[in-house]
Amino acid sequence: MRHHVILRVIAKLGIPFIVLFALYVQFHGDFGPGGGFQAGVIFGAAFILYALIFGLDNALEAAPMNVVVAFIAIGLLLFAGVGVAALLLGGNYLDYGALADDPVAGQHLGILLVELGVGITVAAVMIAVFFTFADRGR
Amino acid sequence: MLLAFLAVIALAIVRLRNLFGVVMLSGIYSLLMASIFVILDAVDVAFTEAAVGAGIATILMLGTLALTTSRERVPMHTPLLPLVVTFITGAMLIYGTWDMPAFGDAAAPPNRHVAPYYLERSLPETGVPNVVTAVLASYRGYDTLGELTVIFTAGIGVLLLLGRRRERGDGRATTRGSGA
Repeated sequence: MRHHVILRVIAKLGIPFIVLFALYVQFHGDFGPGGGFQAGVIFGAAFILYALIFGLDNALEAAPMNVVVAFIAIGLLLFAGVGVAALLLGGNYLDYGALADDPVAGQHLGILLVELGVGITVAAVMIAVFFTFADRGR
Repeated sequence: MLLAFLAVIALAIVRLRNLFGVVMLSGIYSLLMASIFVILDAVDVAFTEAAVGAGIATILMLGTLALTTSRERVPMHTPLLPLVVTFITGAMLIYGTWDMPAFGDAAAPPNRHVAPYYLERSLPETGVPNVVTAVLASYRGYDTLGELTVIFTAGIGVLLLLGRRRERGDGRATTRGSGA
């Protein structure tokens, strides 16, 4: 789709805002609607749009496949790791209250980290699955 | 009104043989579903439905169509038995809804069990104003961890089934498309 000037310009303008919106949804999920799942999907959609407009090779340069695959595991490990950290700090598994001196602050921190883990894995899975599909079609 | 649109689109999806149109219609279906969720005050669910159902799923379906074919084959057998099974299941489901409490009924069991506790205690206990986030990430942390593991497993599964290994020689890489 390289020759579609309008699509390329609009995508180039829009993608930074899509990524910004994904980050907003990610880190504002505890105040408004949204959270890790939605943010991950929106973040992944930005990369998918980039791959659709500018071609898979350019997208793979921006997000190499082995990095994306690594992030699939990193997100899940972050989630599970928060649970283990709570365990080591004397709480139950996934009991975020133990993460900080104040239980409420610990809960807030835990929720933030866990949502981040969800977002990372979801975004990485979406990007990886799309890249795999697109790669097969060539 | 939205439900009527949903029914029309569902019928159109059943009738259409052009799979490209079917994918587009299912995207519209998801978007309508998201609007209904907004009306039902389930903004988080609507968000997910719009992003996943109307966005990513449509793209992945189109990717699948690009790999396979965009015309549905005319079925060989008559659809009588599946039709009967579907009608009986649907009738039983509708019969089941008769016993359901009215929408928003405060005395309904789901609204009296743990929901009041979450609504009252989630802000002082977690410091997170969005109850949905508090329940998903904290009170139901195990469930969310399980969901994330499902996504992880699904992603790895797709990569293993469809991913092409680059370190193999070119000779064997030409066999793509024969598997899966």
